[in-house]
Amino acid sequence: MQKILLGNEAIAQAAINAGLSGAYGYPGTPSTEIIEYITNSKEARNGDIIAHWSTNEKVAMEEALGMSYAGKRALVTMKHVGLNVAADAFINTAISGINGGLVVVVADDPSQHSSQNEQDSRFYGKFAMVPTLEPSSQQEAYDMISYAFDLSEKTKLPVLLRSVTRLSHSRANVRIGEKKNQNNLQLLEDTKRFALIPSFAKIQYKNLIEKQKELEKIATDSNWNHFQKGTGNKKLGIIASGIAINYLLENFPEALPFDLLKISHYPLPKKLVAEIFDRNDKILVLEDGYPFIEEMIGDFLGRSQKVIGRLTGDIPRTGELNPNIVAHALDLEDLIEEEILPIVSNRPPQLCPGCGHIDLYDALNDIIAEIGDNRVFSDIGCYSLGVLEPYDAIDTLIDMGASIPMAKGAADAGLLPSIAVIGDSTFTHSGMTGLLSAIWSKTPITVIISDNSAVAMTGAQPSAAMGRLYDIAKGLGVEEAHLKVITPLKKYHDQNVEIIKNELDFQGVSLIIAQRPCVTMSNEKKDLARKFNTLETSY
Amino acid sequence: MKKDIIISGVGGQGILTISAVLDTAALESGFNIKQSEVHGMSQRGGAVQAHVRISDKPVYSDLIPMGKADLILSVEPMELLRYLPYLHKNGFLVTDSNPLKNIANYPNEQELSKQITAFKHYRIIDAKSLAKKAGNFRAANIVMIGAVSDLLPFEDELMEQVITNLFKRKGDRIVQMNIDAYRLGRGAIEK
Repeated sequence: MQKILLGNEAIAQAAINAGLSGAYGYPGTPSTEIIEYITNSKEARNGDIIAHWSTNEKVAMEEALGMSYAGKRALVTMKHVGLNVAADAFINTAISGINGGLVVVVADDPSQHSSQNEQDSRFYGKFAMVPTLEPSSQQEAYDMISYAFDLSEKTKLPVLLRSVTRLSHSRANVRIGEKKNQNNLQLLEDTKRFALIPSFAKIQYKNLIEKQKELEKIATDSNWNHFQKGTGNKKLGIIASGIAINYLLENFPEALPFDLLKISHYPLPKKLVAEIFDRNDKILVLEDGYPFIEEMIGDFLGRSQKVIGRLTGDIPRTGELNPNIVAHALDLEDLIEEEILPIVSNRPPQLCPGCGHIDLYDALNDIIAEIGDNRVFSDIGCYSLGVLEPYDAIDTLIDMGASIPMAKGAADAGLLPSIAVIGDSTFTHSGMTGLLSAIWSKTPITVIISDNSAVAMTGAQPSAAMGRLYDIAKGLGVEEAHLKVITPLKKYHDQNVEIIKNELDFQGVSLIIAQRPCVTMSNEKKDLARKFNTLETSY
Repeated sequence: MKKDIIISGVGGQGILTISAVLDTAALESGFNIKQSEVHGMSQRGGAVQAHVRISDKPVYSDLIPMGKADLILSVEPMELLRYLPYLHKNGFLVTDSNPLKNIANYPNEQELSKQITAFKHYRIIDAKSLAKKAGNFRAANIVMIGAVSDLLPFEDELMEQVITNLFKRKGDRIVQMNIDAYRLGRGAIEK
């Protein structure tokens, strides 16, 4: 059967068909649709597959590892920066090894369409020393998932599958295969390798190092990597990884005059690289991401210039590839700057009309006018748009959960009052531990949770914080006298300003929940939020 | 057969619905498809676009190469011009005439229309009015599909079947409204 699927949907459908038992993740562009697709599948709805959003990526990775420990196949998904959060679990899962197949899908975002950076997850694959796959098309993404589960069980290691925005968020025809049965619950007789005390961990670490030869052999023989001879006689060879090959073939749809090594399976196989290297005078490396392969095979001292790519300036150092960039690197075309007519104004994303964050920022801006600017530490979500005009209400955005510890650190430095603004789901993702630290050290900060009862930016996924924020804050030790609830609406503007101002004067940790469901949610979701949001406001 | 189409507009205007109609028609016709789209932050009232590539040969790049688009189909006039670097010199510009002014520095509309009409192949369609005539201004995106139907490698019968299937779940009235919207858009081509 053939269907039109997003890259992410192809990955999801492939995982279901590969005998998946559990899927875990945290929403993040461009990875979100994988878990969404699985949770909406009939297999998940009738309970055959456990699929849900976890509170953060590390939790998701550990839940998946638990599923794998019990012998079943598990999938974990996240965006590239999410792997930073999950890195501790990911790296150590390579040390312990897995039981049931464990596939980690990470979607990178070259060109930073929706991200703080364009970090390349292949480095994590190398760092953890695990097999890493990089599909070049939606069909390949589909086909690779089943292979990845088999490879994971064969090598007893997690397998990393790296996608990128233009694969995850592009649709194509995909041929769908048959569905496999799930694994049975199967415990290992000896579980020592999952207990990483140094004496066991040293053995496991050595095992992992010893496995590397085998992993490289598998990659050398892998069908996902292949070498083809060029039809011309130029002594230029091209190594293209993942989707980069498409931008090359777009320029040569009939016949490619250059030697080509397609790489979609790591560790990078030396034998294949040596073959193309020795046949040519120059090697152009095409990668949609960091110069990962280029750095590995290039000359560190830059004396030979045999290997060219992003590091040598033949390809721009940052941003995603496209057909024109590749054509330019091959001297086929001039580099086309994407010049936009002056009449066309910039149209950045903005908070939706009627959004509760707007009313919160209006209140906050009235206060900032009095107490001074540059003291509002914020976080990641729709409310990040408050950094732009016309609000210009928040000053920082670094990573998930940074707002509260940064406000605390700045207060320690003497910046008083110091304010943190964080969303409800970001708070339960990574904000709670920072809050506890501030409470424990009795640092005077004011935390505002802008609670829209959803993970709104990625499409209003349910938030684990729903109905729990007050009790969490109280349980962590926020004094009830300084734990306030407000409704961010114009009609409460003056009262909201008053409440926030009062709490800024308090010489301890105060916390204000500004609660109003996301305006873009369906009525069904809004009703659910209202059922949970039973807090009385502090007016 | 090969068609490279950029669909543009503002987040929330139904760009992905247009893409879905074209994709499905292409699948039904046995063509290869790649269609890159925008998710995430920009969907919040920002500029969004989709690259739709349809061919009877393999499609490699998910992105249309610059200067190679056969058609830019926009549901907003300023957004039409944002993607000009992608337009082939013989390509078509087709847009809804109704601006969406959710920014402070929206350009002068007459100037905008002057820039569009300077091109060889253009169509400016009052899709909003036609959609209202069909029953709901929100069907302007479907009107726009009709307004380029002669530039697509699909028969009307197939397009109407695809639209019917897409809206089937929402009931007969919504299906008929969208069929009417498509037909009104198609009718606007000759004028």
